[in-house]
Amino acid sequence: MEAFTTHTGRAVPLRRSNVDTDQIIPAHWLKKVTRDGFEDGLFEAWRKDPDFVLNQSAYKGATVLVAGPDFGTGSSREHAVWALQNYGFKAVISSRFADIFRGNSLKNGLLTVLLPQETVDALWKLTEADPTTPVTVDLVERKVVAAGIEAEFELDENARWRLLEGLDDISLTLKNEDAIVAYEASRASFKPRTQAA
Amino acid sequence: MGRTLAEKVWDDHVVRRAEGEPDLLFIDLHLLHEVTSPQAFDGLRKAGRTVRRTDLTIATEDHNTPTLDIDKPIADPVSRTQLETLRKNCADFGVRLHPLGDVEQGVVHVVGPQLGLTQPGTTVVCGDSHTSTHGAFGALAFGIGTSQVEHVLATQTLPMAPFKTMAVTVNGELPEDVTAKDLILAVIARIGTGGGQGYVIEYRGEAIEKLSMEARMTICNMSIEAGARAGMIAPDETTFAYVQGREHAPRGAEWDEAVAYWKTLRTDEDAVFDHEVVIDATELAPFVTWGTNPGQGAPLSATVPEPASFADESRRLAAEQALEYMGLRPGQPLREVGVDTVFVGSCTNGRIEDLRSAAAVLDGRTVAEGVRMLVVPGSVRVALQAVEEGLDKVFTAAGAEWRHAGCSMCLGMNPDQLSPGERAASTSNRNFEGRQGKGGRTHLVSPQVAAATAVVGRLASPADLSDVTEPAAV
Repeated sequence: MEAFTTHTGRAVPLRRSNVDTDQIIPAHWLKKVTRDGFEDGLFEAWRKDPDFVLNQSAYKGATVLVAGPDFGTGSSREHAVWALQNYGFKAVISSRFADIFRGNSLKNGLLTVLLPQETVDALWKLTEADPTTPVTVDLVERKVVAAGIEAEFELDENARWRLLEGLDDISLTLKNEDAIVAYEASRASFKPRTQAA
Repeated sequence: MGRTLAEKVWDDHVVRRAEGEPDLLFIDLHLLHEVTSPQAFDGLRKAGRTVRRTDLTIATEDHNTPTLDIDKPIADPVSRTQLETLRKNCADFGVRLHPLGDVEQGVVHVVGPQLGLTQPGTTVVCGDSHTSTHGAFGALAFGIGTSQVEHVLATQTLPMAPFKTMAVTVNGELPEDVTAKDLILAVIARIGTGGGQGYVIEYRGEAIEKLSMEARMTICNMSIEAGARAGMIAPDETTFAYVQGREHAPRGAEWDEAVAYWKTLRTDEDAVFDHEVVIDATELAPFVTWGTNPGQGAPLSATVPEPASFADESRRLAAEQALEYMGLRPGQPLREVGVDTVFVGSCTNGRIEDLRSAAAVLDGRTVAEGVRMLVVPGSVRVALQAVEEGLDKVFTAAGAEWRHAGCSMCLGMNPDQLSPGERAASTSNRNFEGRQGKGGRTHLVSPQVAAATAVVGRLASPADLSDVTEPAAV
């Protein structure tokens, strides 16, 4: 996984709540068997509307998405994270994320930043007034900084460390091989098996 | 202090616990399907890793599979490639697979329980958010992403952040015409699509205890639509009776040992939930959605809400956007909303009891002119059972289409899709924009409401059928 320390870029205000993962990447894109090439599917239905915020030239090249509450609800498809990253987003800011989406993001190095809705409102106003204004998402200092805005955010220390270092979860877990073996040895024999080992 | 059901199952699966780190949990059962697994197997290959526990892993094909002409090659080359990729991955890594055409094929969350693989007190994961279905057995069951699928394939464990506990207590008895689907839609409307965020919900109370296993699966299935990490129901005699005798259920002395353990899986009387919601079952009625998220629902007898009636600005805006997309106007009675398509199926309502209840409503009646009705059994086993009971004939006699098992129109990855502007009453779980096909409009309903709607041509419950005298308004 790519490490995330700090990022500064322009931001896109997405004034919508309940942006489900079917909106982020529709199901017909899920037939692909790779992790790349999803950028054209990102918000596919909404992008057919010329007025949609991502179609406005002022927001071309933006790398931070500022969305309404309950972002990433619904399907567990990690393709939603890949689509956001393939398009160029490095961070998403919202006042509430769906759990599975958030977990998927952190495993891919897409930073999900949880901020109070008032701060999201302020970022919306700011980036609507001036699409070129830079927004910094700093994981080292755990804060978001933009013109007239400085907001600290929470992220559990373990998740932050893994992001800052760009660590691979599987390698970390496999360091506990002895504990896994010990657990397996103690499992009840009545537990189901799908086939002989 | 006592522990909740969820905490007990969690504690029994901790492989490693360390200060400041997520618990490492052992996974008892890993379910795979074609959509969220290819990149995970690719990752294993690149790292030179194997599947650690092929004996705790099982795969089936469901999302992409056609429901017609299944003996012919799949027309969509991309869908075909994805299914072929799963077959190759399962063969290469030694994973048991039930492909299209196999008698055990079906929607992954229907297949696990019917094989007896889903058992109380287990941890179940799948790269699919509706894995919460399996919580109906008192299992701790989570939907996961593809990175986590790879993690479980490689290690049979998952590092999991701690959760909060919520009790949803449903007191009293459900009225006769109210189903598990109506109940869970009402719960989601009450707590919202983010209300369960960070929580494992335990459903309890008299109304829950009286539900069949299949109805309990419908409830737990939609926990994710309230944003919950998982949904659970304490195992009881209903659970044990359902599991006993199934292919992978414990037998003999192991059965007794298992049941003795399963009986300990109840929330202690002195346990404290982080949040509690109490619902009076007797006040519930058939429930349908009017919007574009599963929390935007109302009793069938209600009218489409006025967005201005929502105090919260983001909910008001969401309602405005939803009504525009859905082509509905505030104040319109929901019973006057005409539909083009009715879909009965999915991991929410594609089991035999669902088909029986839809068939009971349709028996001797006909699907309204201009309405197409698709009945898609959740698995081949469900289909075979339905045929044995003659339900397929009831559906086809009424003018419905009887299809092959799969996810089908729940998400329209296969050819079963809505056209732009087409309106459906669907027993599935998501009414998101475009979920069932680009521009399609979805009303989530129970199987009974679906069947009655098919007859009337407008959103309706079986109680409305006695006085069907005029053709449906278009």
